[in-house]
Amino acid sequence: MGTEKRSQAAWRSVGPNRRSTRTLRLRTSAVLVTATVLAVLLVPPLVQLDQQAVDLSAKLLPPSWAHPFGTDDVGRDLLLRCVYGLRVSLLVGVAAALTATVIGTAVGATAGALGGWADRGIMRVVDTVSSVPHLLLGIFIVAMFRPGVWPVVVSVALTHWLSTARIVRAEVLSLRSRPYIDAAVSGGASRWRVAVRHLLPAVLPQAALAAVLMVPHAMWHESALSFLGLGLPTHTASLGTLVQTARGSLLAGQWWPTLFPGLFIIVPTLAIAGLAGAWRERINPRRRSELTL
Amino acid sequence: MARLAGRRMLFALPVLLVVTFGVFAIAAASPFDPVKAYAGTAALGADQETLDRLRDNLGVDQPLTARWWHWLTSALGGDLGQSSVMRQPVAQVIGERLVWSSLLCAIAFVLAVLTGTLLGVLAAGRPGSMLDRTVTSLAYALEAAPVFWIALLAIWLFALQWDVLPAGGLTDTASEQVTLDQVASHLVLPAGVLALSQLPWFTLYVRQGVGDALAEDPVRGARARGVSERTVLLGHALRSGLLPVLTLIGSRVPELITGALLVESVFSWPGIAAATVEAATAVDFPLLAALTTLATAAVLIGNLLADLLYGLFDPRVKLSEM
Repeated sequence: MGTEKRSQAAWRSVGPNRRSTRTLRLRTSAVLVTATVLAVLLVPPLVQLDQQAVDLSAKLLPPSWAHPFGTDDVGRDLLLRCVYGLRVSLLVGVAAALTATVIGTAVGATAGALGGWADRGIMRVVDTVSSVPHLLLGIFIVAMFRPGVWPVVVSVALTHWLSTARIVRAEVLSLRSRPYIDAAVSGGASRWRVAVRHLLPAVLPQAALAAVLMVPHAMWHESALSFLGLGLPTHTASLGTLVQTARGSLLAGQWWPTLFPGLFIIVPTLAIAGLAGAWRERINPRRRSELTL
Repeated sequence: MARLAGRRMLFALPVLLVVTFGVFAIAAASPFDPVKAYAGTAALGADQETLDRLRDNLGVDQPLTARWWHWLTSALGGDLGQSSVMRQPVAQVIGERLVWSSLLCAIAFVLAVLTGTLLGVLAAGRPGSMLDRTVTSLAYALEAAPVFWIALLAIWLFALQWDVLPAGGLTDTASEQVTLDQVASHLVLPAGVLALSQLPWFTLYVRQGVGDALAEDPVRGARARGVSERTVLLGHALRSGLLPVLTLIGSRVPELITGALLVESVFSWPGIAAATVEAATAVDFPLLAALTTLATAAVLIGNLLADLLYGLFDPRVKLSEM
């Protein structure tokens, strides 16, 4: 009896019911990502409100219609601060993810295309760097170069290119034995031409997927560094500095300055992961069951 | 077994050497000045001659490789230098704090593995059910949530609203001695939050592993023989589904260290992870270099453990062939 129930459940789980939740998840993710991008792009030029406007008579107000997220300890509107913080965090995340993807793709493609001892040497370097915990390496780099926007971008990029390098190398290795590469080589194409014209375009979808998935990671990294006081300066609203500055009011019992910046990290992360998961299913349906995030 | 462990250690040693060298290279490329860091505010009033003498004493002008070699040889002799922010020898800082970090991480890790296995099996047992969907969605949401944010909200809820647990530290500020029940009550929140940050990964992997195992032939055979669903789930699917998870446990050390860095800072837990953050804020290079090396060593040991566990638990893998 139990087995029968189970087999029905297993059957249903891949049937129409499952598909509808998947579409729902995809649509929700798409809407949320669009909303995030629009908020980040449109709010500062269109909304004529000053995020730094201090109003001491309205400090630490709980969420209300006038201030949906409440106000912070000097009376700044938290919704506006969160949108500006998201903008900074997302910019840092995108910049770091792009840099990391360029480095990772270059290194991975070089290792895969050259093969032999060069490949082994390069992958040894990748293994070595990845044996230092990422946040710790980031903390070390930022500590040595003093906190600021660029040290944060560089430290996040330098700790995140490793996975991209591994993915791209594996992809290049699997492509190398394909007939069209053999055809290009026997047609007299140079090593460089094969790499740039044939191998690189073929690995780009994978690299792009890795880059998109890296943006939330990089955002997380930035907020962790900023939260520890080793990231962006406190007067710049980023999601990490917002949580950091909210610590004082949290200990006084006001929860809203802490809660909302955190939600602004979680929601885009889940939305981007949802979209990237759907994209991965399209370019590689067999790997559906793999975890994203 | 011992030979394999020995061989793996030999592979890990060069990695550790390269990492320590990299640490020195990054410091050499940065604008960080050891003389100013050593002298602190006293450097502002000091004349050039004193600074030059100090520079000479500290060996700052020696080439990078010479400084690195000097550090390495004295580190092997147990001298890791002087920590400026803790005003103690680095070795003493690590010795005093390592035990608290290990305690926190061990408890959090065991908690995460046990709860993760339980939730993962429950979710995999009925795929697509309400419970499965709740567990999976919660796991994804938790994975996306920054651990420092969860820690702060936990402080707000348990220490401020309900006032049932202390907000941080190792003992109450009034107490002089470190007693067991003090430490235990102060450990609950940090360990719980750290476990919560490691939980999603275990839950999702166990769910995946057990779910995959439920679709395999031995399970189908067991069901065909009329074996009870509980035995199928716990005796067959869990055993083969847990295998990849168990072996990956060792490779979770970096995430554990990352979590500990943030959790210890939020809860002022007197461990080495919190010391790392303090060292970074004060640019205390000797302490930072030692702690980075220590963390890398922990990661390498974790990887070694993962390899060995893999060989131990999976009879198809022969240790001699690894």
